[in-house]
Amino acid sequence: MGFSTIHWYRYASPQAFYPLAGTLAPLFLAIAMGLGLIGLFIAFFVAPTDFQQGEAYRIIFIHVPAAWMSMFIYLVMACWGAVGLALNARLSFMMAQALAPTGAMFTLVALVTGALWGKPMWGAWWVWDARLTSELILLFLYLGAMALHSAVDEPRRADKAFAVFALVGAINVPIIYFSVKWWNTLHQGASISLTKAPAMAAVMLWGMLILALACWAYSIGAAMLRVRCIIAEREREASWMNEMREAE
Amino acid sequence: MNAMLRCLLWRDLQLVVRRKSDAVAALFFFIIATSLFPLGVGSEPALLRAVGPGVLWVAALLSAMLSLNRLFAADHADGSLEQLVLMPVPLTLTVAVKTLAHWLTSGLPLVLLAPLLGLQFDLAGDALAVLTLSLLLGTPLLSLIGAIGAALTLGVRGGGVLLAVLVLPLYIPVLIFGAGAVSACAHGMSPWGGLSLLGALLVLGVVFAPFAAAAALRVSLE
Amino acid sequence: MMHWNSTGEFFAMGGYGFYVWVSYGLTALCLAGELWMLHSRRRRIERAGDEA
Repeated sequence: MGFSTIHWYRYASPQAFYPLAGTLAPLFLAIAMGLGLIGLFIAFFVAPTDFQQGEAYRIIFIHVPAAWMSMFIYLVMACWGAVGLALNARLSFMMAQALAPTGAMFTLVALVTGALWGKPMWGAWWVWDARLTSELILLFLYLGAMALHSAVDEPRRADKAFAVFALVGAINVPIIYFSVKWWNTLHQGASISLTKAPAMAAVMLWGMLILALACWAYSIGAAMLRVRCIIAEREREASWMNEMREAE
Repeated sequence: MNAMLRCLLWRDLQLVVRRKSDAVAALFFFIIATSLFPLGVGSEPALLRAVGPGVLWVAALLSAMLSLNRLFAADHADGSLEQLVLMPVPLTLTVAVKTLAHWLTSGLPLVLLAPLLGLQFDLAGDALAVLTLSLLLGTPLLSLIGAIGAALTLGVRGGGVLLAVLVLPLYIPVLIFGAGAVSACAHGMSPWGGLSLLGALLVLGVVFAPFAAAAALRVSLE
Repeated sequence: MMHWNSTGEFFAMGGYGFYVWVSYGLTALCLAGELWMLHSRRRRIERAGDEA
């Protein structure tokens, strides 16, 4: 079957997407597992010791991919929300909703590993650095969006409200980042200036990229699993759901 | 169309005048909250001068937030909000006018009161002027961003706390630029950086926030 | 392999062992926790479906 003969937009309906998500989820989780193992091998055995930071810099291998993913997932989530609002497509809302907990988890991981890296490097668990502060606010935005969705009883309204808030937040994130950066320059005395990262060894960058890809594959896998749960909960009454359950 | 919007503005203002207690309570909160800080952190003039701008701004922000659910909730409860949505006027403009009315009754009193409370924190004359100016630019933004949150949480159970959780992170840039301008002035630096950024945000907010709030309102009333 | 002379040295991480291993451990815990929550959510749905 040629590419053009498959009706790709067929998968825009939850009914058609449900089995597809079921096959994609283990696939992406397996990719994540494989890439993760390669990345960890590079992080611990191939990458040399950093002459400035010692071995503590190995935390960066998860901190940076987690921070990247936290922002990337928020963006993707807002995009799904926008698509949902523009086309009134239910599956888009479900995808946006499925991504939120994974994004919040990565934000939390980035914050915690950032603190664990900061303690030996800066001598403090928490520094009001622009990046850390923006990450904290990003976590608030994730939690707010999720709280909004769970507080609204009617699913269609909850979906749309979630999408509107995610979009407003997406516009705000760069503004927040810029404002915190500006604020840091204002209070120079109180903040610890970041040691500028020395030219990163190529192997470090590779390790980070591979682990970021692993996180990316993991996020897709987890989102697919969650979107299946969401579809199953929403379409409980639909006949196709019962047929599919019997077929499985 | 203009006459209709003017009518709406007048109506909203009159409603607040008749139900004075809500607006006055938010204002009292502002006064009480700022007065608590010297009792908490100590009354050293140097310390108060250092924390004053931040305290006044945070208190103004919380006070503006307290009155947000007044924006749509009462009209929603008595059904008049659905009539307003049906007006032959773009909903964005209706929302903008209601936000303006909210600012006139909650933000503007804060602006007028702030220099007086600034004296409690031993702020100098130029810092007080910058404080007033920054609040004048910043409080409309608080109403504009808050309108989006108020529209999203309309009629939701536990809406008050949820509104705070949604809106406070979005308020952060306003707080940073506003308080930053005042403390820059207090430290003998130019406040114009913060003030101009606040002005830029205000322009952005005036253009986009009513649009987003109208979209949120449509979602909530569907 | 190349720069670890012994297992003990590997776990010590040049004195930063606590920070490095807590970071990796908590990350693993977060990922495993999310997958476990998804799994139990799935099972809950299936059980509710069987009863219906």
